[in-house]
Amino acid sequence: MTATMNRPLGEPGASRPKPVHVSKTINLTLKVWRQKGPKDTGRFETYKAEGISEDMSFLEMLDVINERLLAENKEPITFDHDCREGICGSCSLMINGIPHGPETATATCQLHMRKFHDGQEVVVEPFRATSFPIVKDLMVDRSAFDRIVEAGGYITVFPGSAPDANLIPVPKPVADAAFIAAACIGCGACVAACPNGAANLFTAAKIGHMNLLPQGQAERYARTEAMVDTMEKFFGSCTNHGECQEACPKEISIDYIALMNKDYLRSKLKNRRYLSRKP
Amino acid sequence: MAAVTADNAVKRRLPFPIEFYRSAIGKKYVMAATGMGLVLFALAHMVGNLKMYLGAAEFDHYAHFLRELLVPILPRTVTLWLLRLGLIACFVLHTHCAYSLTMMNRRARTVDYQSKRDYLAANFASRSMRWTGIIFTLFLFWHLADLTWGVKGIRGGGDTWKRGFAYYNLTSSLGRPIVAVLYIVANIALGVHLFHGAWSFFQSVGWNNPRFNAWRKKFAIGLSAVIVLGNLSFPILRQFGVTKPSKAPIEYTPNGS
Repeated sequence: MTATMNRPLGEPGASRPKPVHVSKTINLTLKVWRQKGPKDTGRFETYKAEGISEDMSFLEMLDVINERLLAENKEPITFDHDCREGICGSCSLMINGIPHGPETATATCQLHMRKFHDGQEVVVEPFRATSFPIVKDLMVDRSAFDRIVEAGGYITVFPGSAPDANLIPVPKPVADAAFIAAACIGCGACVAACPNGAANLFTAAKIGHMNLLPQGQAERYARTEAMVDTMEKFFGSCTNHGECQEACPKEISIDYIALMNKDYLRSKLKNRRYLSRKP
Repeated sequence: MAAVTADNAVKRRLPFPIEFYRSAIGKKYVMAATGMGLVLFALAHMVGNLKMYLGAAEFDHYAHFLRELLVPILPRTVTLWLLRLGLIACFVLHTHCAYSLTMMNRRARTVDYQSKRDYLAANFASRSMRWTGIIFTLFLFWHLADLTWGVKGIRGGGDTWKRGFAYYNLTSSLGRPIVAVLYIVANIALGVHLFHGAWSFFQSVGWNNPRFNAWRKKFAIGLSAVIVLGNLSFPILRQFGVTKPSKAPIEYTPNGS
């Protein structure tokens, strides 16, 4: 950035461009959940987060706090993160009682510190659900989601050469609806937000993504049954609060839950797989 | 090619209704269907009670008619009892689903959030379903003890309470201010419960279509408003003396008998 910005632009003698933006800084009081391990009871600890640039993301702010903690020879705060561009689903955190913080359609990694005001107290807690056990501090184990996907979140294809593009016609509205569901990054905000600790939005998105497309039809009902039954082993049940769709960083609608419910009833009614089988 | 197989595909499957009821989504279907059954009863009950404004004779006539539903086809009170058994089944299943799902949800988050939650969509109605349900159930048993069973000490009309004198029993019961308050509290709980329940019905049974989605909340508001306003009018108008008890219990005699 600096190399290009410092080079004179335009004709010789043109004035050097001024720094585009000087970021403001804010001071925050952080209350962060610290827990040494799965067995520890855990507690909130207060940290002064001073001189935080408004242009930082929430995770960068935690990085700064951790650098300061390391300089003081203290244990840094453990938290999940990976791509930091809102597509991997690694980041989590309950920020002031809302999964991924106060900004809608935004994962924690893309939440900027300018959404907070100077002097604010920010409470940071891990996502909580029995099937999301805390590993350490703010890091939770979300592998229960992997169990749900393993149960049927895929299509079975013959691994031959790549088929021609557009060989299977997909109507545009169907493609769009499937794409919206496929935007699920599996972060677990829906479970964290749900007062019942239910994973219906996650499972409905994974099911809806494939059940809408022609390629997903062959295994449609087996998939729905297997994924829902697996989900119910780990998570709570839906009472239609709608809290999950508000928390979802990808704004996936609870309409997909209705679709899943409909397919689940059908899956229990269909018994094609059992025809001609001896009892 | 390992295709997707349901966990229980190899195991022997239980009959469809049992297997479906065992799942949480199945219970939500049952909850929705039984809830709708109970709502339809509540609506019919409210409409039937509007007969109160037509006077004692009309009201008692209606009460006795209910016992004689489909009489030439089925013996007296049989239809009424079939309806009652259906209602009891709805009530029992609805309550069992609520209990079972609540327990499941408690297990799903054994350690709660240690900081204050900030709810964005969950409203008072959706979060108080089990409480409004319990409040209304308690009222329901009191209501049955008062008017159906005529339990001494609870019933209106005191010693003059008599089985079958529907109008007299009802108006003397509603004349008590404390009873009016009880009705108002219970019906507000019912309204709050129905507001979430009637909307939730569509979502649970998967009736979701952009063509009518906008109407689902309006339907819920309309339905709960009609039932609650109708029900609230009975104790309130009785307190203001619009409906009055007959001086003495009137014996209703069906025509020609």
